[in-house]
Amino acid sequence: MGYIKINQKKVTQDLADELQDICPFNAFDYVDQYLSINAACKVCKICVNKGPEGICEFIEETQVQINKKDYKGIAVYIEQKDNQAHKVGWELIGKAKELALKTEEPVYAIVIGNDVMKIAEEALNYGIDKVFVYQNKAYRNFNVENYTNVIEAFYRKYKVNIILVGGTMLGRSFAPRIAARLRTGLTADCTKLDIKENGDLLQIRPAFGGNIMAKIHTPNNRPQLATIRYKMFDAPPKIKRFGEIVEEPTDDIIIKTTIELLDTIHQPKVKDINDAEIIIAVGRAFKKQSDLDLIKPLQKRLNAEIACTRPLIENGWFDPRKQIGLSGRTVKPKLIINLGISGAVQYIEGMKESELIITVNHDSSNKLFDISHYAIHGDIYDILPELNKQLEVLEQ
Amino acid sequence: MNIITCIKQVPASSNVKVDSNTGVLIRESNNVKMNPYDLYGLETAFQIKEMKESVDIHAVTMGPPSAKQVLEEALYMGADEATLVSDRRFAGADVLATSYTLSQLIDHISNYDMIICGKQTTDGDTAQVGPEIAEFLNIPHVPYVVDIIEINRDGIVVKSTYDTYDEIVSVKFPCLLTLDKGSQVPRLPSYKRKQIMKTHQIETITLDDLDDQNPNHYGLNGSPTQVEEIFPPDKRSDSIQIKGSNKEVTKEIMDILAKNRYL
Repeated sequence: MGYIKINQKKVTQDLADELQDICPFNAFDYVDQYLSINAACKVCKICVNKGPEGICEFIEETQVQINKKDYKGIAVYIEQKDNQAHKVGWELIGKAKELALKTEEPVYAIVIGNDVMKIAEEALNYGIDKVFVYQNKAYRNFNVENYTNVIEAFYRKYKVNIILVGGTMLGRSFAPRIAARLRTGLTADCTKLDIKENGDLLQIRPAFGGNIMAKIHTPNNRPQLATIRYKMFDAPPKIKRFGEIVEEPTDDIIIKTTIELLDTIHQPKVKDINDAEIIIAVGRAFKKQSDLDLIKPLQKRLNAEIACTRPLIENGWFDPRKQIGLSGRTVKPKLIINLGISGAVQYIEGMKESELIITVNHDSSNKLFDISHYAIHGDIYDILPELNKQLEVLEQ
Repeated sequence: MNIITCIKQVPASSNVKVDSNTGVLIRESNNVKMNPYDLYGLETAFQIKEMKESVDIHAVTMGPPSAKQVLEEALYMGADEATLVSDRRFAGADVLATSYTLSQLIDHISNYDMIICGKQTTDGDTAQVGPEIAEFLNIPHVPYVVDIIEINRDGIVVKSTYDTYDEIVSVKFPCLLTLDKGSQVPRLPSYKRKQIMKTHQIETITLDDLDDQNPNHYGLNGSPTQVEEIFPPDKRSDSIQIKGSNKEVTKEIMDILAKNRYL
């Protein structure tokens, strides 16, 4: 909380140049010997910490502080469709239990639907304190307006500290609605979570659209909300259950929506790269679609799934379900071979837990090399034909 | 019918890196472009305009004065009106403060049946701003729309695409849609439109124009989430570098695969 103040008396052309150089967001304007900060500023404070001394100063402003002790409990929203729970819910229960060990707070699950007691029973097997169930005929299909009303009712009653939501397509549409309703922060697609003793959740994710990570917290708002992608964490083992199911009344929760689901059309099944054991991932270095034929011999030999980066989805070369990354799928295969991928952090965060990572790239400063077990320096257009030759020799 | 399209200027490539020794951010280039998903949003709005009579398209963005560039692009493509909301007091806004600012701007414009956003931006990648704007305006939203199926007097029928299924959904006006890549092919800005629109005034709205003028609801002060620290992503210390002739490095790949029993 606060703002950056500029000490105009000390500003010179040289110092203004230096600040314009250091700011990653082009937020400094120097006009008529007046240095100002424009709306591009993200208050990263680099000008305060690394800039010329005495020019930029961060002025702290204090706000009324909430009493963090009033908010207890980590709740996990269990997404269901057709009364089947999405497995990301169990993974988040595992993480919630880990966090709760540090702060000694209870772990809850929230289930919304019609005829969903089975899911509540299943949730107890993962060793949580309570499952709150909201059942109503109107909740049979997910509806963002009605479901938001339920979460609001839950929060007003139980004042939990944290709500975790799976970063599925539904979750990514639902969580922001909850955040705006409860006027609180939300961090999307966290790749790591930790907690401070005072209950502040540390949310780690790539930031500013660049190759940097940010540790984000929500120091003065509750609940703390985060979404986490499927397969980012491991599901906990099932244990002897000790918790209880609490069926909540829904009579007082408003049911009102103008969204009507008319039809659901199932798409033809494609093999999901989420569960693939061997993946060959391709990126922008492939100049045209027909060049992808170069990977066929290796794909056949390894019986690998093919996946890709976002630019190739934008090119229309692949089904969007084949995209790895925080804006696509998170994968944890036994082997992944990256071919001609530039290594944007959102891609890396979607595959870095893979067991064996081999990366081929001609650019030695490629960020993917930093997380690869084997960094192969070379151009795919040189390596792949040679590889195909050597594979052929092997076949004979 | 009045459509507001929310668009954003994003870096053309992931242009922010961290010097791991000093922790200083390095800016590689100043290339910017319109967020690709917003192009699908705009194109969808233009197609509605071609289908229906008297449709007015108003493009809006939040950002520094230089973000006017994407608004000009929108005007040259086919938007009728464009507004920038910009104020130093918006600096440091997180998703909540950004969405709130945009919802205040939309309230200020006030006359709308439908708001169209890209499903996410390629810099923030959160996909949260659209749904949060809808919540602040107290209107329904439908995410991941790829096709407009039907437009009625009081509502719209759309197709949304999810992981393994598509949904056909009807929703009443006013509503907000977030657009994913579908069959739309975004049009290019046209020379003819540029000649017509180049003198068109792009209005800039500041905090002083909005209904809620409490500065604590905007920018850093209105942002529940705070960045505590930034750092470079993890590196492996045991990463093995393989260099040499094409033949040599390829042989190495074969050996690695064989050693791990893949060949």
